[in-house]
Amino acid sequence: MISRIIGSSARGLKNIWMFYYTGFREMTVGKTLWIIILIKLFIFFIVMKMLFFPNYLSSNFDNDKERADHVRHELTNR
Amino acid sequence: MSDLTTVVDWSRLQFAITAIYHWLFVPLTLGLSVIVAIMESIYLKTKSEKWLLATKFWMRLFGINFAIGVATGIILEFEFGTNWSNYSWFVGDIFGAPLAIEGILAFFMESTFVAVMFFGWNKVSPRFHLASTWLTALGASISALWILVANAWMQYPVGMEFDPDQMRNVMDNFWALFSGIAINKFFHAVLSGWALSGVFVIGVSCWFLWKKRNVEFAIRSIKVGAWFGLAGMLLTMYTGDGSAVEVTKHQPMKLAAMEGLYHGHQGQSLAAVAILNPDKEWDNDEDEYLFEIAIPKGLSILGRHDMNAFIPGIADIINGVDINAEGDTINTVSYAERIAMGRKAQDALRTYGEAREAGDSAAMASSLKTLKENYRFFGYGYFKSVNEAIPPVGLTFVMFRIMVVLGSYFLLFFIAVLFMVYRTTLLQRSSWIQWIAMVSVPFMWVCSEAGWAVAEVGRQPWTVQDLLPTIASVSAVPATSVIVTFWLFALIFTVLLVAEVSIMCRQISKESKKALS
Repeated sequence: MISRIIGSSARGLKNIWMFYYTGFREMTVGKTLWIIILIKLFIFFIVMKMLFFPNYLSSNFDNDKERADHVRHELTNR
Repeated sequence: MSDLTTVVDWSRLQFAITAIYHWLFVPLTLGLSVIVAIMESIYLKTKSEKWLLATKFWMRLFGINFAIGVATGIILEFEFGTNWSNYSWFVGDIFGAPLAIEGILAFFMESTFVAVMFFGWNKVSPRFHLASTWLTALGASISALWILVANAWMQYPVGMEFDPDQMRNVMDNFWALFSGIAINKFFHAVLSGWALSGVFVIGVSCWFLWKKRNVEFAIRSIKVGAWFGLAGMLLTMYTGDGSAVEVTKHQPMKLAAMEGLYHGHQGQSLAAVAILNPDKEWDNDEDEYLFEIAIPKGLSILGRHDMNAFIPGIADIINGVDINAEGDTINTVSYAERIAMGRKAQDALRTYGEAREAGDSAAMASSLKTLKENYRFFGYGYFKSVNEAIPPVGLTFVMFRIMVVLGSYFLLFFIAVLFMVYRTTLLQRSSWIQWIAMVSVPFMWVCSEAGWAVAEVGRQPWTVQDLLPTIASVSAVPATSVIVTFWLFALIFTVLLVAEVSIMCRQISKESKKALS
C-alpha cells in the first residue's frame, strides 16, 4: 500500500518535472525572457534589497516594543 | 530645504516613478489575458485552426509583457519598509494582510496556470488548457483586487482601531475593507485594463493591415479587440461615475482639486475646458479660471447625482461649510479645528506613552480618552497652516482632464473601429486610419496613468486620509540614499521598458511573416 502511494507520488513528481523541463526546452522567445527575469530578480532581491533597501525598523531595532517606541517618538515629535 | 522635506519629496518621487512603471505592464496583463481566453474559447467551440493561431499569437505577446512586468511591483514593498517605515508600522496588519494574500495568490495561482497556459498545449486536455487560461486571467484580476483594496483603505481608512501600545491600527472588521471606494476602484482599474488591451490589439493589428500581412487574422483580432475594448471603456466610465460619487462623499478636497473649485454652489457647473488662474489661493478673491467653458450643473450631477446639489470648494471645506440635501447650510469641522484636534491627539499619544513608562494607569486612561476623541483628525496635527492640507490643484486638474478627454476619445475610437470593420473596408484600405490606430496605442497608456495621477496626487498630502500625512510617514533615513536609489530605479525600469518594447516589436514583426490564417 505504502509503496504504491510512494510510486504514484514519484510518477506524479516526474510528470510535473517533465512538463516544465520539456516546456522550457521547447521555448523560443521564452529563453530570452527567462534570462531577463533571472537578471531582474537577481538585481531586485540580491543587489537592491540587500544593499539599498534594508527594512528600516527591523534592522535598527531588536523587538516590537522598541519599534513601537521609535514610531511613537517619530509621530509625536515631527 | 530641510533634510526631512528632501526625504519626503524624493521618497514620493521614487514611489511615483516605481508605480508609474509598474502600471505600464499591469493593465496589459489584466486585459490581454482575457482577450487570449476569449479567443481560445472561440477556438474550442469552433475547432477552427485560425482561432488557435490567433490565440497563440496574442498569448506570446501576453507572455512577453508578463515576463518583463513580473516582480516590478515588489519594489513598492521594498520602499514601504525602507523609506516609509513609520507608515508601514502605523498601518499594521490592515495593509499587510491584503498584500500578503495578493503575494500568495499571485505566486501560486498565476505561476501554476501561466505554466500550463504556455507549456500545456498537447500535454493537457483542451478543456483543462482553456480553464488554465481563464484562471490565469482571473488570478491577475484577483491579485489586483487585493492591491486596490489596500490602496482604497489608504483613501478611506475603515475597519480598524488604533492601538497606542502597539502604535498600530488593528483591523477589527475585515469586510469593511471592501468599501464603496475599494469596489469602484477595483472595477475601474481592471476594466480600464480591458480598454487598454483593446486599443493595443487594434493598434498591432492595424500594423499588420498597413504591412498587408495576414489581413484576415488582423481583421479577426480587431473585431475581438474593439468589442472587448468598447465593453471595457463603457464599464470604466460607469465605475468612474461611481468613483466620483465616493470621492465626493469621502474625499471632497480631492474632487475640489480635480475641478480647481474654491467656492462651491448648489447646481455646480463642471469646467469642461478651462485655464486655471495661477494666482488663485483659497483665501483671496481672484477668479478661479482665466478662461472657462462650463457644463451647467455638471459637477453636481457627477458628484452627487443631483443637479441641484451643493458641491463644496476648497475654501468651503477649509472653512467647514456645506449645504445638505434639504438646502440648509451646515457646519462641518473646519481645518483650523481639525489641526487643533490633531495636535490634541498627538499630545495625548505622547502623554500616554510617558504615563505607560511611569506605570500611571489613571493618566493613561485620561490620555487614551483624549486620543480617541480626537483621533479621526490625528494627521492634521502635523500642519503648521491649512495650506499644507491642500493637494496640488493644477496637476490634479490637468490629469483629470487628460483622463476624461482621452477616455472619451477612446470610446469614440472603439465605436468608429467597429463601424469601419463591419460596415466598410476603410480600415483595410486607408493607411492614415491605420496610422491613427497605431499612434493611439501609447495615448491609452497616458490615459491610464493620468487616472492614477488623479487618484494619488489628488489625495495629497495624505498617505492615510486624515490620519497620516507624507511628512510623518517617511523614515529617518538620509536623503542621499533615497536620491541614489531613485536614479537606480529610473535606470533599471527604463532598461526594462526598452527591453519590453524592442522584444515585443521584434516578435510582432517575426510573427507577421508567418501564416496566421
